[in-house]
Amino acid sequence: MNDAPLHLDAVDRALIKATQAGLPLVPRPFELIAERVGLDEQAVMDRLERMQVAGAIRRIAAVPNHYALGYRANGMSVWDVDDQAVDRLGRKVGALAFVSHCYRRPRRLPDWRYNLFAMVHGQSRDEVEDQVGEIASLLGEAAQSHEVLYSTKILKKTGLRLVG
Amino acid sequence: MIDAVDKKLIDRLQAGLPITSTPFAAIAAELDLDEAEVIRRMQHLLDGKILSRFGPMYDAVRLGGGLTLAAMAVPENRFDEVTELVNAHPEVAHNYRRDHRLNMWFVLATERPEQIETVLQAIEDETGLSVLDLPKEEEFFLDLRLKA
Repeated sequence: MNDAPLHLDAVDRALIKATQAGLPLVPRPFELIAERVGLDEQAVMDRLERMQVAGAIRRIAAVPNHYALGYRANGMSVWDVDDQAVDRLGRKVGALAFVSHCYRRPRRLPDWRYNLFAMVHGQSRDEVEDQVGEIASLLGEAAQSHEVLYSTKILKKTGLRLVG
Repeated sequence: MIDAVDKKLIDRLQAGLPITSTPFAAIAAELDLDEAEVIRRMQHLLDGKILSRFGPMYDAVRLGGGLTLAAMAVPENRFDEVTELVNAHPEVAHNYRRDHRLNMWFVLATERPEQIETVLQAIEDETGLSVLDLPKEEEFFLDLRLKA
């Protein structure tokens, strides 16, 4: 897979528009989408498959509400990691089973000094603190400091709306 | 409340649906359920907001769009008002309150990369607050699967 954006034609865009809010819960969802966008079922599946192979669709999947699954403590741990070491260590942090996302992001000094973000989820804040402790040991002296920002409320969670 | 079958279904659904004519029947066969029950349970999980959504997970950047994480320090007495102003933008995909000086964190996804700056500027103008723009520079892993 290369990094260039996938070329999308008008039909792909119509397909994204018809599916970005979700897939219909019917026995043949791609057939229903096909009717809505004026294609046949096979063409819809072929186009979705092509987008999935290209990485434009990560997967067709369910996104659970963390809180509803009992993950009451959802922490965004943020770390100030040496620039020379951040990519090597980021890969290790991202591979930890309890880390759901891990990214390098820019510092915005003086407001924001942290360049590594790792999302951790637990039944309680104690559990999250233990996980954060594991990350801290893994990063060792390469991390100058860190904080954990717990989410206290979902204000919006609609997913991406890429085509208006 | 969710039962053991729901949990099994949620775990399976996070891993991805096959692109076939009858994908729910395929999932049902794997889990030893029937297709109608899979669909009924999924509807129930979505209606009860146990699942936030179900469908293709599009990658904004691979589609040629823009994506960023933005943070704001919102005064407590303006929190609801600012939430409304921010959430009114359809480009705001997720928005979380967090217990920190920077207490509002939202993900912005746009059809074209240059629209990120336009939307962030609009939010700054509407709220009178400054926004930190923290786009991802590298992604080390992405697996949003949580054990149900």
